[in-house]
This record gives sequence, C-alpha cells and structure tokens, in this order.
Amino acid sequence: MIKHFLNLEWKQYFRSSYWQKSIALNILLVLLGLYFVVMFLGLGFGLLFILKKALPDKDPFVVANSFMFFWFLGDLMMRFFLQKLPVMSVKPLLTLPIKRSTIVHFVLGKSALNFFNFLPLFAVIPFSIMLIRDGYAASAILPWMFAVIIVVLIINFLNFIIEAFSAEKDLSFLPLIIVAGTLFGLDYFNVLPMKSLVGDSLVAISNNPVYILIPLLLLAIFYMYNFKILKDKLFLDSSLKSKVTEVKAADLSWTKRFGDIAPFMQLDLKLIWRNKRTKSMTMLLFIGLLYGLFFYPQPMYRDMEFMFAFIGVFSTGFFLINFGQFIPAWDSGYYKMLMSQNIKYEQYLRSKFILMVMSVVILFVLGIPYVYFGWKILIAHFAAAIYNIGVNSHVILYGGSFNRKKIDLDKKAAFNYQGTGAVQWIIGFPLMLLPMGLFGLVNWLVGFEAAVALLIIMGVTGIVFHKKLMSFITKKYLDSKYKMINAFSQDN
Amino acid sequence: MIYTKDLSKTYNGTTVLNIEELSIPKGQSFGLVGNNGAGKTTYFSLLLDLIKPSTGRITNNDVAVDASEDWKPFTSAFIDESFLIGYLTPEEYFYFIGDLRGQNKADVDALTSKFEDFFNGEIIGKKKYLRDLSKGNQKKAGIVAALIGNPEVIILDEPFANLDPTTQIRLKQILKDLAEKQGVTVMVSSHDLMHVTDVCERIVVLEKGNIVKDLETNPTTLKELEAHFASNLETSEEE
Repeated sequence: MIKHFLNLEWKQYFRSSYWQKSIALNILLVLLGLYFVVMFLGLGFGLLFILKKALPDKDPFVVANSFMFFWFLGDLMMRFFLQKLPVMSVKPLLTLPIKRSTIVHFVLGKSALNFFNFLPLFAVIPFSIMLIRDGYAASAILPWMFAVIIVVLIINFLNFIIEAFSAEKDLSFLPLIIVAGTLFGLDYFNVLPMKSLVGDSLVAISNNPVYILIPLLLLAIFYMYNFKILKDKLFLDSSLKSKVTEVKAADLSWTKRFGDIAPFMQLDLKLIWRNKRTKSMTMLLFIGLLYGLFFYPQPMYRDMEFMFAFIGVFSTGFFLINFGQFIPAWDSGYYKMLMSQNIKYEQYLRSKFILMVMSVVILFVLGIPYVYFGWKILIAHFAAAIYNIGVNSHVILYGGSFNRKKIDLDKKAAFNYQGTGAVQWIIGFPLMLLPMGLFGLVNWLVGFEAAVALLIIMGVTGIVFHKKLMSFITKKYLDSKYKMINAFSQDN
Repeated sequence: MIYTKDLSKTYNGTTVLNIEELSIPKGQSFGLVGNNGAGKTTYFSLLLDLIKPSTGRITNNDVAVDASEDWKPFTSAFIDESFLIGYLTPEEYFYFIGDLRGQNKADVDALTSKFEDFFNGEIIGKKKYLRDLSKGNQKKAGIVAALIGNPEVIILDEPFANLDPTTQIRLKQILKDLAEKQGVTVMVSSHDLMHVTDVCERIVVLEKGNIVKDLETNPTTLKELEAHFASNLETSEEE
C-alpha cells in the first residue's frame, strides 16, 4: 500500500504544472536549504570551541543544554510558518479498500521525513562527535543525541497539532502565540524555569539513558493525538459538506465613487472578507503593523537607520506583498468566466492596484505612533510608503502575470491547512531588501535626507508613470491569457 | 452570425477539433451533440477565446474572436461551475454580471423575477453563498446569469445535466422562446438527444473533432440521431 502512495506522491509532485513552471524557484529553495545545512554543520563542529572560549570555567555540554529550550522554541516558531502538513488528496482514496488508518499513518510518516527534521542532525551529530573526541563518554553522549532527535520529532508533531487548532480560528496565529508565549513566559517570569528544566532533563538522560523513555512516550502521545485529529477529519462530510454559512452582507456602495472599477472593488472586498484564507491574511496585518515594535524599543536598532527603510516597507507593504503576489490567482476559480465577460483587463488590474494603495496608506497612518521612537522613523516610513505605492505595487502586479498556481478558495482539502509555505516569503524578499539596500547605501554614502529623497523620488517616478506602467502590465497579462486559463483550470 | 472557417485545434500532434466550415445564422437555436471527446467543449472554448486555435478562426458577428474583444458585449456563456464566483450570493453574482454588462440593479431584478418558477424558490433571497448551493441550483444560477444584459449569442454547455426533470422542461421552454421570439442565437450541447431535438432547429453531430452530420430538425431527426449513435455501437463492437 505504501508503495502505491509513494507512487502517487511522486506523480503528483512532478506532474503538477507548478513544478514544471517554477524550476527557478525550486533551485532557489534548494540553495537556501544547502545554506542552512552548511550553517548547521558549522555550528555543530564549532560550538564546542566557542563555548570553551567564551565560558572556560563551565562544562560546555551543560551550557549547550541550557540553551536547548530556546532552540526548541525557535524551531517550533519556524516550523509554524514554513512547514505544513503534507497535502494528500484523500477524496478519491476514501471509497477504495484502504484502511483509513493506513492513509493517516502514511501522511504522518511522510511528515517525519521533512527537511526540518533533518536539519538539526547536521548540528547535533557533529557536536556529539566533537564531544566524544573531547573525552566525553560515548555512552553518555549517544543517548543525549537520540533524545534531541526525539525532541525534534516531538516538535514536528506538536506543530501540526497547533496548526490543526489554528486552522479553525480566524486569528490563525493565536494558538502559536499562546503556546510559545506560555512556554516563554513560564521561563521568563520564573514560574517554571523551562530553560534549566529542559537543560537538566537532557543532562539527566545522558547520565541515565533509561530516562530516554520519557521523551519517547511523549512522542508516542503526540503522534497518537495527531492520528486522532486526522482520522476524525478523514470523512467526506467534514471536507465536502462544510457548514453553510449565513451571508454577512456589508454596504459597499461607497466604492461607487471609484467609477468603472467599482464592481471589481466590491468583488475584491468580498473575496477578502468571505474566504478563510484571505481573512487570516488580513489578520496578519496587525502582526505586520506591530513588526516595528520588535526592533524600535531596542536602542541598538535605533542607530541602524537602514533598518527604518526595511521595517517601513514591511509594515506599510504587508498587505501589498501578501495579497499582491497572488494576483490574479485569487480569481483563479472563476478566471474563465472573467475572461469571457465584457471586462477591460485594465479596470480589473486597476481595482487591485487601488486596493493595495489604500492598504499602504491605511497602514502608514496606523503606524504614525512610531514617531514616539524618533521623527526619523516616521520620515523613513513615509518614504517607504511612497516607494511601496510607486514601485512595489507595480512590480508585484507585473509579477502576477507569471502566476500559474491556482488557489482553491472554496474547498479546503482535508489536509490542507493554509496552503502556503516557504515560497510565499521568498517572493517578498527582493521587494523589501532592495529598498533597504538602496536606502542603507545612500544613507551611508551621503546621508539620511538623501536616502529618504531617493526612495521618495523612485516612488513618485512610479506614480507619474502609472498609466504607462499599467498598460505595459496589462499587455503582459493579455499575452499570457491562454496559459493562465489553462493553468488555473488544473487542480494542482 | 457565427462563422467558422478552417478551424482546428491540435494538442501535441493530436487533432481534437477540425471544422472546415460552419455557419450559424442569427436567431438559430443550434445544438451540438457527440460522444465524450468529440470536441463540443473545445469548440465552445474556442468560441469564447479561452483557448487558442491551431489554425483558422471563428468570427462572431464579423468580429474575429481571437483578435478583438468586441464580441464580448453581445455574447454570454455558461460552460461549467467555474463560471460562478463561490463566495457571492446568487443575487450578488447577478448584480456583478449585470454591472459588467451595463445593467443596473433594477434591470437585473426585472430579469430574474421572470425566472421565479425556474428557480423554484431555491435561489433568490436564501442568504446562501453560491458555493453552498447544490450542483443543480448552481447550474440554474449560472444559466440565468448568462441571460443578463440581452445577449445576442448565448452559449450553454450541457445545460440539462444535473437539473431535475421539471427544471429541464422549463429550461427547454426558455431556450425556445429566446430563439423564436427574441431572435437570440442559442447554442447548446447535450448528451440528451431528446432534449436537443426538442429545443434546436438545427443539430450538428461531432465525432472525433469532425462534423459528421448537419441536420434540420424534423419529426424524424430523433430517430436518425438514435440510429447514428447506435450504429457507432455496432461498429465499435465489430472492432
């Protein structure tokens, strides 16, 4: 049976139009993965020397363990954003003579083979080797090594449990924030010293290998809990017959002032408000808006002026990047209809453009309180907002004409929680890093005013040439019309 | 009204549609029948410029559909559920289509009120999203949406499938009226030979992408069609 599943997975992956059309992105992902492997290898081999040098009078093994809690916590956070439970189209399998439990075991087993579970090995194994070479008993280090690997798997399954809960909430980040915040808070306020608890437990396992049964038991519990969640979901009525929601209609007549694009704006607003996926994206706005609070309260960052541009672009352009990169895939479900209707492509795109511009303005206004941390920050954010409106909005619309991946708004495949992964974030990088780089460079060479002026000039240039740029972008969309229709009518 | 010349569509060396010449006059109710893979949906997709023809072209009211978009204002279609916007209610969907076709809310309401018995009270005012409707009700909404804005050409792919018998009969009456009284060119495809012969003045049979029969409907047409498809059965059994 597993052989059949593997065969199906293989075909699904390599026969999807997505794979065939975005080889460059896949190469980028592989390079990124290799980069992390090298980093972890370096950490694994170098950690012992670093610890010995920094804290010569302490046992490096104990010191390393005392930091494990933060690593595990960081690992959990990373996974939540980047790792999704493997998707498998189960519907066709349900009526076949396959045990439901086999399907679930396969999906869970497959998740254990994720890159995130292998990555720690590149650090843990070299570190263990170095410790043994340094004179630690292999009989103490090996159980420790296995214990860490088991904990990594525990985190793997814990993450899916959190995601299962977050899938049911509109505020999809709440469960993660609760779990991670509780763990961190317990430690930080000394309610329960998680840091030393995790560290001492790991040391205890290395002293007495029998204790390894405890994480093993935990792993089994987490696995079984996942198994239970998924098995309950594995009925057609939970994925097919979603509960019928009562319509919440809002008065959108104010969009009429936008003239001929009003129908599209109303459609876009309904799109955002009535679909789970877009709704949770909107909730993300608050995270984006508050992003600056991670940096600005610390005096260290307040002197790094190039960070202002980055945070400015990020926090004012958060919606733009998240919404914009899936244009026109948001409409992929009914793209054929739009294309056979009496519409002007330019109007369709302009509606999206105005929506993005409005989001930038609103986010900038909401971010004005950042002036508390210095007027320079506000000015930099203003420049970043102009840059977003003039440059990034057009770039992302242009990028949309290469979009070939359908988004399924209606149906949620039984195992598909959020439908996005690492790729989504990679696309955003150049949009944020380029202005940051330019800003930082000019700021360093000339000065703050010049750097601000540069971003504003670039933004204004984009706004001045808006009509020209839009007709160019519209032409790109028209050119790839048939390809888009074809890709959007495929399921993967 | 619709003139097709030397049209062909080839995927990776396989020709799925090949029509030398086909002319459909204004106001004709035109039926397309054929087994699966005969090219019916391909032809409709070409007509709506959703796929690119390999050779030849279709002109709709003297507008070449793959070169200009001027055919869109007077042409409407319902091909499958992907023509619906799942997160809208049927009313909102009608208004949206109406907006695109230059009809205000009152125009749309006036039109949809004529279809009250067709909807059978299951579409309007139910406060349900289209994605939550049954397949049959989705189809009803899609078909009526295709009638908004007084189109001169209406294209419906398999309109009778998924509908209950009462609605099928009502739909036949609607389609007949459109062609006879309002001079609309109605194009339908179907697997149900009886419905097609009831509705259409002219029936074209497609087989593996080629036109094999072109019939004016008369009382013997149904027999002829049944004989044609039954003979396919025999020849394939002999092979």
